[in-house]
Formats: sequence, C-alpha cells, structure tokens
Amino acid sequence: MSATVAMILALAVGTYAFRLVGPVLHGRVELPERVQELLGAAAVVLLVALLATGALTEGGGFAGWARPAGVLVGAVLAWRRAPFVVVVLGAAVATAVLRAAGVA
Amino acid sequence: MRTAERTALVRDSALVWLASGVVGVSFGAIAVTGGLPVWVPVVMSLVVYAGSAQFSAVGVLLAGGGPVAASVTGLLLNTRTAAFSLAVADILGPGRVARLLGAHLVTDETVAFALAQPDPARRRAAFWVSGLGLFAVWNTGVLAGALAGDALGDTGTYGLDAAFPAVLVALVLPALRDSSAIRRSALLGAALALAVTPAVPAGVPVLVALAGLVLHGARRPV
Repeated sequence: MSATVAMILALAVGTYAFRLVGPVLHGRVELPERVQELLGAAAVVLLVALLATGALTEGGGFAGWARPAGVLVGAVLAWRRAPFVVVVLGAAVATAVLRAAGVA
Repeated sequence: MRTAERTALVRDSALVWLASGVVGVSFGAIAVTGGLPVWVPVVMSLVVYAGSAQFSAVGVLLAGGGPVAASVTGLLLNTRTAAFSLAVADILGPGRVARLLGAHLVTDETVAFALAQPDPARRRAAFWVSGLGLFAVWNTGVLAGALAGDALGDTGTYGLDAAFPAVLVALVLPALRDSSAIRRSALLGAALALAVTPAVPAGVPVLVALAGLVLHGARRPV
C-alpha cells in the first residue's frame, strides 16, 4: 500500500506545483502586455480543446453520437443566448433522450 | 457586486457543482468496486483534486499499470493547470494565503467561470464561489460514492457526460465572439487536439492545442 501512498503524494505535490506557477510568478515578474494577452488567449484555447475532445472522444476513440449531439444542442442554445441553466440541462437531457432511444 | 449578480453566480455554479458531485460519486464508486480501499479515492480527491487526472491514475492502477505509470499519467493531464494558474494569477487576491489556497482550486471549471466574467471584481468572486463550492461538492460526492459502492448505476443514462462540454461552450462563447484572433487560435487548436487524440497519451492533446496560438498574430507597434 505504500506504493499507492507514494503515487498519491507524487500526484498531489506535482499538481500543486503546476498550480502554483501562476501565483508564485505573479507580482515578481512583470509580464509584457503581449505575453499577458497571449496567456488569456491560451486559457481559452485550452478550454476549447477540452470541450472539443470532451465532446467527441473517450479513451482515445470516438465517444459515440449521443454526447456530441447533446453538446451541439447546448451550443445552439448558447449561441441563441439562452440562460446558462437551459444550455447545460438542454445538453444533458438531449444526450439522455438519445441514449434512451437507443443511440449510443 | 450586487445581490442579483451574486445570486446568478451561485445559481450558475450550482449546476456545475451538481454535475461534478455526480461524477465524484461515480469516481468513488469505481475506485472502491475496483478493489481499492475507501481512503484512497477520498484522500486523493482532497490532496490531488483534479477529476480527470484522478480517473486516469486510478484507471492505470486498476489495470495493473503500477503506481509510477499512474502518477505520470495524472501529472501529464494536470500540466495544463500551470497555464491556467498563469491566466488567473491576478484574480486570486492579493494576500499570500489567498494565493496559496486559491492555487489548489485552479481547475478547468473555475478558470472557465472566472474568465467568463466581464470585470475584475466579478472574476474574483466567480473564482472563489465556484471554486470553494466545487471543492466541497466534489469531495462529498467522492466520499458518498466510496461508501455506497456501485449503487448509482451507469451515470451515462442521465447524459451528464454532455454537461461539462456544454458548460465550456457557454463559458467560452463570449471570448470567441469578441476576438477573431482567439477564434482562429481556438479552432486550429481544437482541430490539432482532435487529430492527435488517437495517437498520443491522454493529456497531450490539449497541450498540442496551444500550437493554435500561432494564428493569434503578432500586433506590431506603430
């Protein structure tokens, strides 16, 4: 079991170190405006990549049709400026209904 | 910040908490029914606190991949939190305690929530409200799942796996509408991430997406 403890510790310490990069550098290094602009853009790029891979893939392969179809319903609702609650529940309900109807 | 804004913030965050709570329950249940003792998913959720990395690490462990492979996989998935922590560094708050605690709450969800707000005061409130709530609900869910075992059944039935991508759509859409440079970068990044997904370990695709920033364009000084 000590191997599991070591694994959890390594994962915890490493992850916290990644998360400290921003707060530690902040206020010590004066980042040029262009770099700050790129960091903001990088966060959006990462989030869009997470949403694309999260919607379409699972375990390195295609996630099936029900999930991306549900996310698409959510995206259309968001585009039409529907409230946040409607967007998220719309996506989940659409996916659940498709699965209940036999779409994988 | 007006009360109405704060109510809206809590209402929107609560949906994300709910979805994370259910995912937490399934994480706890999967870990325990796979043969791990109850404390493993519970302690992991408190100190690592990163859903996808926890699932991957436990997945590797249960598949017999060993602790080294499990921690490397999890760390690879979490490298993106370094980029996120840089993006939110100025909204955590001025004090040392706020920064040290806030760093632990840097997740995909809280960063997306914070960056979607229009001004610094609301960004800070969104980060802390969504972050503290998420931490509480996620860990409660994992504990409940670990104690209940596999009583929940298949969460896919409820379509909750579509909820988080939809949350991200709603939160990044304003930034994408605003800036064509960000739009171009994000489209290229997502395409690259999808293209490499079948060929590389989990966690690498979203990092590859950062190459999309080449389309962000250099703004030349006049």
